[in-house]
Amino acid sequence: MNLRRLGSRSLIHIILIVNTVLVLYPMFMMGLSAFKSTREIFSNPFGLPNTWSLENFAKVWAQTNFPLYFRNSVLVTGGSISIILVLGVMAAYGLARYKFRGNEFLYLFFLSGLMLPLRLAVIPLFVQLRDMGLTNSHLGLMFIYGAQGLPAAVFILTGFLKALPAEIEDAARIDGASEFRILWSIMLPLIRPALVIVAIYNLVPIWNDFFFPLVFIQSENLKTLPLGLTVFMGQYSTDWAVLFAGLTLAAVPVIIIYVIMSKQFIAGLTAGAVK
Amino acid sequence: MGIQRQTTNKESSRFTLPYRSRRILWLATLLVPPLLFFLTFVVYPMVTALIYSLYEWEGIGRVGFAGLENFRKLLFDQPFQGWTLNAFWHNVIVFVTLMIVQNGVALLLALLLGNDPWGTRFYQVVFFLPVTLALVLVGFQWRLFLNPLIGIVNRFFDVVGLEALSQPWLGQASTALFALIIVNAWRWVGFPTIVFLAAIRSIPYEYFEAARLDGANEWHVARHVTWPLIAPAVTIIVILTFIGSFNWFDLPYVMAGVDGPPGRATDVLGLYFYRTAFGEVSGGIQDFGRGSALAVLMFLFILLVSTFWTRILRSREVELS
Repeated sequence: MNLRRLGSRSLIHIILIVNTVLVLYPMFMMGLSAFKSTREIFSNPFGLPNTWSLENFAKVWAQTNFPLYFRNSVLVTGGSISIILVLGVMAAYGLARYKFRGNEFLYLFFLSGLMLPLRLAVIPLFVQLRDMGLTNSHLGLMFIYGAQGLPAAVFILTGFLKALPAEIEDAARIDGASEFRILWSIMLPLIRPALVIVAIYNLVPIWNDFFFPLVFIQSENLKTLPLGLTVFMGQYSTDWAVLFAGLTLAAVPVIIIYVIMSKQFIAGLTAGAVK
Repeated sequence: MGIQRQTTNKESSRFTLPYRSRRILWLATLLVPPLLFFLTFVVYPMVTALIYSLYEWEGIGRVGFAGLENFRKLLFDQPFQGWTLNAFWHNVIVFVTLMIVQNGVALLLALLLGNDPWGTRFYQVVFFLPVTLALVLVGFQWRLFLNPLIGIVNRFFDVVGLEALSQPWLGQASTALFALIIVNAWRWVGFPTIVFLAAIRSIPYEYFEAARLDGANEWHVARHVTWPLIAPAVTIIVILTFIGSFNWFDLPYVMAGVDGPPGRATDVLGLYFYRTAFGEVSGGIQDFGRGSALAVLMFLFILLVSTFWTRILRSREVELS
């Protein structure tokens, strides 16, 4: 009995460890190759590099548009999430804390956006943004991401705001606080965890998005990281050391933030799929 | 009665109208901007997509009303019909394979982690890691790894004596789609794992204990206790995998190419839609009408199938009180 138990317990760990290796080894190989020369990647693919040189990284940073792509991604992602948070809070607060005719309808109207995959409307979006002069611009991308993220933000934030007791608000009102002040100084601090969930829920998909920049951005100096990577991979297609260094540079910031905030990332990204 | 009512009305208007209008103004300030934004960038484009699909286009210029002509071409005229069916069939393969490989592995991992073995937290963080990385990044990484001559995948098979597995995975029609699916599973597997695990953890411990006391072995517990009780999570994962499979774009674009090489063996609806709307690499023609029609068809298909499935799958769910 005990022996069988021990056997099954080791089997569990063997499977889990095998999967850990399957996940981490490719990441490790990518990082390792970034320290080798292209010649060494071919001659000695699995071993440690002869000398640990940062030359490839320096080359990526100094000779390619990598820093520019990176900055663009930060800008677009930050701007989009700001739009989502501001508009999301406004809509959710109005819907969650005030009774008025059509409230329920408006809420469901926003939620209908959860069902609509915006990329299938990319043709009309293209025409529309072109007419508004917003193609090939960061603002255009931010608007698309903002619109795409709004339904989920309304859903998550309304849920949180509805759960807050009315007494807090009433007490503040009796003390003469304005409606804006109640929202800003009382409600917002209370829903901070929900704001973090909304931010992370959107952060990763927007940071990683490839489709909309591919359609909307033509200028090299406006490209975001995923789109820039395609340029970069084409330019250095034979220089594998540089390619691996570029991929590693693109992955490391995400991995670091993920490891620090893994709990919030896992909760945020599976929000909606996990009750 | 009448008089009384009048006075109250007068009174209330004297005292609450300013309050009421202030309230309406405040509510409008809160609700109108997000609503306008939503209408402009979600609702309007979605509705227009439908209208666009009913028109004939020359490239990106609208010519005249075409009725359902664009739809007819896509579904019944060659060569479009062949392309549509070919891409659609690949999406079906992607979905079915991901259900077995990706979600099957995820379920196994979740069941194992559900026992709370030592290091669970570590495993969770590791398995979820690739989910945070861009598909573009993962795609390029694996394209280098899968290079037939110098990629580490084939080098690895050579080293361990499995030369037969040393294949030009992305270069031949028989394996290219399969290789893409495996890379996709590698990137995504942590997601269903976490969702299944959360569902398993929400099952009260007494249920397992009762089953074990009745002499059920681990397989029976998994089959007759865990599986029915995680049905809601399974529903969500089936639907999300379905939607994801039929919107598949980044990975085939980056690893294979926009034309679905070799010879359309990796073509899927996402690539086909992109090519129809925005042109092929080799200066192909673009057609906003046919592109919009394709988008409408994809949308209707995804919506109908996922609604239908949600119904069916929900019916086998058990409520946990």
